[in-house]
Parts: sequence; structure tokens; C-alpha cells
Amino acid sequence: MTESPATKPTDGEVCQRVKNGLKPERNGLVKSLHRCHEREHKHHCHPEEEEVHSDSHHGSLYSRPFIESFEETPMLVAVLTYMGYGILTIFGYLRDFLRHWKIERCHIAREREVQKDFVPLYQDFENFYTRNLYMRIRDNWNRPICSVPGAKMDLMERASHDYNWTFEYTGRVVQDVINLGSYNYLGFAENTGPCADSAAEVTMKYGVGVASTRQETGNLDRHEEMEKLVAKFLGVESAMAFGMGFATNSMNIPALAGKGCLILSDELNHASLVLGARLSGSIIRVFKHNNMQSLEKLLREAIVHGQPRTHRPWKKILIVVEGIYSMEGSIVHLPEVIALKKHYRAYLYLDEAHSIGALGPRGRGVVDYFGLDPCDVDVMMGTFTKSFGAAGGYIAGKRELIEYLRSHSHSAVYATSMSPPVVEQIITSMKCIMGEDGTAIGRERVRQLAENTVYFRKRLREMGFIIYGNNDSPVIPMMLYMPAKIGAFGREMLKRNIGVVVVGFPATPIIESRARFCISAAHTKDMLNRALSVISEVGDLLQLKYSRHRIQPSLARPFDDNVYEDIDD
Amino acid sequence: MNFKNLKEYLAWLYYQYLLITGIYVLEPWEKSIFNSILFSAIAMVIYTSYVFVPIHVRLALEFFSGIFGDHSSFS
Ligand SMILES: Cc1ncc(COP(=O)(O)O)c(C=O)c1O
Repeated sequence: MTESPATKPTDGEVCQRVKNGLKPERNGLVKSLHRCHEREHKHHCHPEEEEVHSDSHHGSLYSRPFIESFEETPMLVAVLTYMGYGILTIFGYLRDFLRHWKIERCHIAREREVQKDFVPLYQDFENFYTRNLYMRIRDNWNRPICSVPGAKMDLMERASHDYNWTFEYTGRVVQDVINLGSYNYLGFAENTGPCADSAAEVTMKYGVGVASTRQETGNLDRHEEMEKLVAKFLGVESAMAFGMGFATNSMNIPALAGKGCLILSDELNHASLVLGARLSGSIIRVFKHNNMQSLEKLLREAIVHGQPRTHRPWKKILIVVEGIYSMEGSIVHLPEVIALKKHYRAYLYLDEAHSIGALGPRGRGVVDYFGLDPCDVDVMMGTFTKSFGAAGGYIAGKRELIEYLRSHSHSAVYATSMSPPVVEQIITSMKCIMGEDGTAIGRERVRQLAENTVYFRKRLREMGFIIYGNNDSPVIPMMLYMPAKIGAFGREMLKRNIGVVVVGFPATPIIESRARFCISAAHTKDMLNRALSVISEVGDLLQLKYSRHRIQPSLARPFDDNVYEDIDD
Repeated sequence: MNFKNLKEYLAWLYYQYLLITGIYVLEPWEKSIFNSILFSAIAMVIYTSYVFVPIHVRLALEFFSGIFGDHSSFS
């Protein structure tokens, strides 16, 4: 990963296969880009809705229907949302005024008297928002649980007598809350079963940790076994694991890119990728979310103009994307990204945090989902925190890359090695997905997840909610928009024994507040049906069925493009 | 939505009002401030329109009929 683009061997030398049916020569690409422009054109024809259809008639880039929709916010709702924020802001100023003149007690951190003449610390919008909007509905977040976060969980009940400034535990437990919030895609968050048993066994044998780095005395045979298994699972030459997914990104990107390099980053990339890119000291340019025209434009500009001022060519261009975006539920347009990357000789860093295990017929992430060759992705990153029910992250790719990282990455050199029971959980769950444990449980779970996802999304659409993202993505954002509805939705759902995650401002644009459901293979049909009927009930109560594209409930119709053609008008 | 009686319907309407204006999340005293300001504003609008609109309408009618009257007399 140290040579410049000019001296980089063509991809064909290393990976002979080009599976996505797109020849890496000019013609093929121009055709594909043409297709992109057609699609762009389509957007203009239908300003109502942004939809991506790529199926057989769009050529060979996608082997299956790729349907992604982001229905536009209805105008009235947007206006009312801004009005709601306006009213809350006025009251926020009122409360701040009262606090400032000591008419009211201030419960939150503020400048001390002696710091009065210094630069204000708590005056920016984020602080104002936390103090005056977030605090009022804080009971919807950070709810303590007291069981495994599986398909159902137990919550500790808490109450607040001062409008969420402090909480106290009532001592009661809310039992059997259906969990629609955990990233437990394959249902491996269990405290019984083979994974838990083998982890317990390993704990007895190895203890819980060795308190040393991998490079010193912390290297165990389990670690090496896990890395081999990860490499085999992903179909690449080599892999290495780290104790924390966030650090995997934020510490390895600086090892891969540096001064004189360019990082092209999707605008919705996770904080860890953003941090890593910033720490690397490279120049960062941001392209629009999943927008291949924007990416191509940046790539062209980068190659034409080179580095700022000196106009030397970039040492390296690294494209950083995620598999599934956890706030939008969208899937990266990987075939197009790979085509662009090959055409412009850039490198690709793919973060599969949410997609590994959750996508693809064999549960091997987006690469498997699109049926591409893992060799086409230069750096595959992922976490064990989600689908595998463990903790940590991995980087996988060519042998030279991993060897380079082993000696140069900060988190490989300085971080303590992973705890053996966690490693064992990863090994057992991964073997289960691969079917190496001699059962079909893993395959069955992958299939179940896909089925649950399609079912849940379809039903929500039929009910008239606006949901974002790709049809196959198990992360399902449902739009709430108005600030009061964020709080009301979380509370009403919990009242009906369903735990959901609601997301508001800093994580999303200010008017696009949403609830995010994460579907798991562990959810049974019964649970999903109960959840859906409750969501529908609460949706009626709060008037959340914003969608203007009503779909008639139909169980028989296969879920494909036709559904959209019917409702295009 | 199905409602058993008018009271339930009104309660639902009030709930929608709370949600849309965002005052659902406010503390009760803030809610009452908002409600009293809003309702007094509405009351004033209604009162002023009750008092002044008829006068203005009459004045406007007189004005226009004057113009029309003039025009018709000249032509
Ligand atoms: C895209 C992405 N990358 C990295 C991470 C960090 O992973 P971890 O929670 O294992 O630190 C997350 C977690 O939310 C993520 O969504």
C-alpha cells in the first residue's frame, strides 16, 4: 500500500477474475457511467421520490433487483417540523434566560464564576440543543437493561421526578420487552447454546485476558486461529483482528494513508472512519451519499489537478465507504464503486460493520450480496460487535497489506490483545455461519434474517410509513420528523412493551428524525407481527403514516420493481 | 381512528396539537404559557375582526361605490 498510483500494478495482475461482468477497460466503464447519468436524469423527472432501480434491464452491473428509496419529506410536515423546533427554541431561550438570572436552578454543567470572562464553553448550538431539547426526552435513551439483549430483553424501570434531569430506579423490572434496537442481526447475543458454552470453556482454560499486546506476550493460539478463520470466511489471503471496531478504523486508516494522499469519504461515514481520516493527515474530500457521479467527479478532479499548490500527483487515493449505512439503511453501490476504483486506479476501504453476517446468501457481507470478488476490495474492514455478538474489529485483504499493518498500525502495536472468551465467541459464531460446526443453523439464520427483513419492510410500507433504505437492509429507519414525536414514539412503544431506538438531531439532519428498527434472525414471526401491530397502532395515534405512496396489502405479489411502477404517479 | 365519544376525540385532537406544536415535551407551566399566549392571540384576532371588519367592509363598500358612481356618472 505504499506505491503511488502510477506504479501500482493493474488489478488484473493480482486478481485475474473480473466477476461483475464489467471489463476494466474504457468502454465498459463509459457504458456504466452512462447508465448512472440516465439514472440521475430519472431523478429529475421524479422530484417526488429518489429511487434507485438497477435490475436486469440496467445491464450487468447488478445481478439482482437493487431497490432503494428515500421518499421526499412532505412539504407540510417539513414546515410543521420547523415550526415545532422554532417553538421549542423559543422556550429554550426562555429557560436559558431564567437560568442566567438565577431565577431557576441550573442542573447542567456551566462556566464557573471565575471563568466568566473567558471564551464561553456552553453556548454553541449543540449545547443549547442538549440542554433544552434533548434533556426533555432523555428517558428514551440509555435505558439500562438487565438481561441478554436478544430478541427479548428485560429493562430496569426508572422514573424521573424533575423532568429527566435525574432518574431513580423504582426497583421493578419491565420484562420481555421485544428488542428492535440491538444490532443482533444473526441472533448470536445469547447466554445459552454452543457459543456461550465454548466461551465459558475457554474462560476456564485461558482466563479472561493476558494484559499484553499481540506483539509482546499477548498472542494466543486462539487469536491466530480466529484470524485464519476470518480470512477464510471472507475469501481473502489474510486478516487481523483488533479488540475494538472503532479503533480498527481510527487507527488503521492513518497507517494506510498519510500526507500527500487523498481520502474520498462518503458524507454519511461513521465517526470512526471520519476520525481515522482526520488523524491520517491526508486531504479529505467528501462525496454525496452513495452518489457515484459525485465520486467520479472528485476522482477526475483529483487526477487532473493533483495535490493542491504543488500539483504533483497524489501518492494514493483511498475511497472510504461502508457496506450498510446505519442511519439510512442504504447499501453501498459496490459494483459501481469498484468499477470507478479500477478505472481511476484508486484504493477501496470498505467498512462492513453492519453488513458482515447480515447480507449476502452466505452471510459474507456486501461483496457476497453483489456476488463480487473479495480481491477487488483492497481493505476489508468489519466489526464483530454486531452480527457475531462479540466485540472487536478486523482488517482483511492481501497478505502484504496485513503484514504491513501488523507492524505499523497503532492499535496492533499498543492495544492489549483480545480477551479469549470473546475470541471464542467469534470463532464459534463464525463457524456456525460457515456451516463448519456440522449444522445448518448458521445458514438458516442468514436466511431467516433476509426473510424477516423483507417482511418487516414490506409491512411497514403497506401501512403507509415512510421508511428509508434498501429493501434488503436489516436496518430500517422509519421517519418521525417532528421533535415531539421522537419522545412520544419511544415512550408509547415502551408502554406497549417494545424497545425501539429513536434518533434525533446530531446523528441525523435536524428535520429527519427517525426511529430505527434493527431486525434480527432471532425475531420470530409472532414477535414481528406483534411489533408491527403495535407500530401501526402508535403510528395512528401519533399520525406517523406520512407516505403518499400507499401500497395495497398483497401477500401474493412478489416484491419487485413492479410494485413501484404501479405507484409512480 | 375510531372514537367512542366526543370527549375521546377531543382528547386525541389535543394530543395532536401537542405533538405538532412540539409542546408535548414541555413542562406543564411552559405548556400553560404557550396555550395562554396562543389562545389570547386567537381571541384577540377574533375580537378585533368582530369589531373592526364590519366597519372596514362598510368603508370599503362606500369607497368603491363612490368610484363606480363617479365613473358611471361621467360616462
Ligand atoms: C460503520 C461502523 N464502523 C465501526 C463501528 C465501531 O464498531 P465497534 O462498536 O465495534 O467499536 C461502528 C459501530 O457502530 C460502525 O457502525
